[in-house]
Amino acid sequence: MQLTGNYLALAYLVSATLFILGLKSLTHPASARRGNYYAMFGMLLAIAATAFNPAIRSYDFIVAGIVLGAAIGTLIALKIRMTAMPQLVAALHSFVGLTAVLVAVGTYLTHRAQGTLNTVLMAELFVGAFIGAITFTGSLVAFGKLQGIITGRPLIFAGQHILNMMIALVMLGFGVDFLLHNQFGALLILIALALTLGVLLIVPIGGADMPVVVSMLNSYSGWAAAATGFTLGNNLLIITGALVGFSGAILSYIMSKAMNRSIGSIILGGFGGGESTAGTGAVTAAAKGIKTAAVEDAVFLMANASKVIIVPGYGMAVAQAQHALKELVDILESKGVTVHFAIHPVAGRMPGHMNVLLAEADVPYDHVFEMEEINPEFTTADVALVVGANDVTNPAAKSDKSSPIYGMPILDVYKARQIFFIKRSMNPGYSGVENQLFYQDNCSLVFGDAKKVCEKMVVELKAA
Amino acid sequence: MSATMIALYVFVLACFIGYWVIWGVTPSLHTPLLSLTNAISGIIIVGAILVAGFGQGGGPAGIIGFIAVTLASINIFGGFVVTQRMLAMFKKKK
Repeated sequence: MQLTGNYLALAYLVSATLFILGLKSLTHPASARRGNYYAMFGMLLAIAATAFNPAIRSYDFIVAGIVLGAAIGTLIALKIRMTAMPQLVAALHSFVGLTAVLVAVGTYLTHRAQGTLNTVLMAELFVGAFIGAITFTGSLVAFGKLQGIITGRPLIFAGQHILNMMIALVMLGFGVDFLLHNQFGALLILIALALTLGVLLIVPIGGADMPVVVSMLNSYSGWAAAATGFTLGNNLLIITGALVGFSGAILSYIMSKAMNRSIGSIILGGFGGGESTAGTGAVTAAAKGIKTAAVEDAVFLMANASKVIIVPGYGMAVAQAQHALKELVDILESKGVTVHFAIHPVAGRMPGHMNVLLAEADVPYDHVFEMEEINPEFTTADVALVVGANDVTNPAAKSDKSSPIYGMPILDVYKARQIFFIKRSMNPGYSGVENQLFYQDNCSLVFGDAKKVCEKMVVELKAA
Repeated sequence: MSATMIALYVFVLACFIGYWVIWGVTPSLHTPLLSLTNAISGIIIVGAILVAGFGQGGGPAGIIGFIAVTLASINIFGGFVVTQRMLAMFKKKK
């Protein structure tokens, strides 16, 4: 059986509809799983329909590729730890990018063999290859930074942006050469330049800006797919690419808004020097007039509170403290304490990172609140427990006009009656700014690894 | 209207759909949104299949297509399975 013309287009239309419905289902956790099935079915339909396309003359490579890819993809997806999700997402973006490049080169070769090359097609190939190549290497660098293979610190050198600009211009030159003279070599050179550009664009961006980088590369991967859709004259690819492209763009916007920074300044990079060398621990704290508390004190106040709000951050993910934290919450709730979680949009290394980790630890999603929802609640909270977050709780963002983070929306932790702040050392957060919260009378630091402190709290609570 | 023009119409309208649909996604599901978009951007496999299935005469196109199909499949399967895993974790209070 072969699917021709309209039947093929109809199948693709159904697929596109299913993809849209799938994304639409993510409006609520209850409907989300159904949405994933819609999208899966849409994908199955699209692949099946394409397989019946009369242009397909040999199936060996197709079947082998799908079987191999399915095995690798499923295995990784089943094995991956939830804390490593940002890396996985970055890796998958890079695959879309590389696929776009390969499809562009492959399409050029097949069309050349058929003698059906034309300028419009070649221009589309050029755009697809170029966006794909940037997505590929950019995502690889993001992956390396998230995985800790490359330093998360921004890499900056003089003339960086001018160099990028020049590479882009030279690339454009080879693009024109490719279009006018049908030079396959020019296509390959422009791809090589785009690959270099992808690396250079992401290296200056620091670890704390990763939620924006991940979202941005998500967007690029979408545009790469859309450009490929133009090349192939395939509306399903164009629609899907546009959906993904916008998804990433909107996430980037939300993330940069939550940091009070423009996308432009993030792309230019250089923010967040990472760990500075402030002294460590209680000694420095005391010297600065900052109060510290023992685990026992914190536990006593929490057990006698009527409402506790927990603020998790990237530190919770690093320490893998979510399970110990969940145990703590269970005991508190059994004692009649109301426990809520407060999530800042940029907590973690990618959008929604904290929500997934808490869900993994079996924290029900109706106990987890976004910033706007929970901020009014801090005034009525007896205790706020900060676990691995820092900059997003700094009241200087509201009060100190000279602070680099001034204007950034924060969680109103400072309004709670008592604050316990679990911290490994006195190092400032990623912004390198000291947290004004520590100097408040109602704030005490609890020094230690987030997981160990939470475990100790559980032991103390059980004994009480 | 040329084929490219029609494609442009489809693209612009799809951008609007994307804009409205994505703004509706709840922030707590932003990570599954990323992984689901990972999965569906694997739709680029359609292009990869066309290259891989071109048959004899395309030079190295077959091998290039094979690699592209493999990578896109990793995205599709990896993306959907990990999304499924994550969404299964989101539970209401018992």
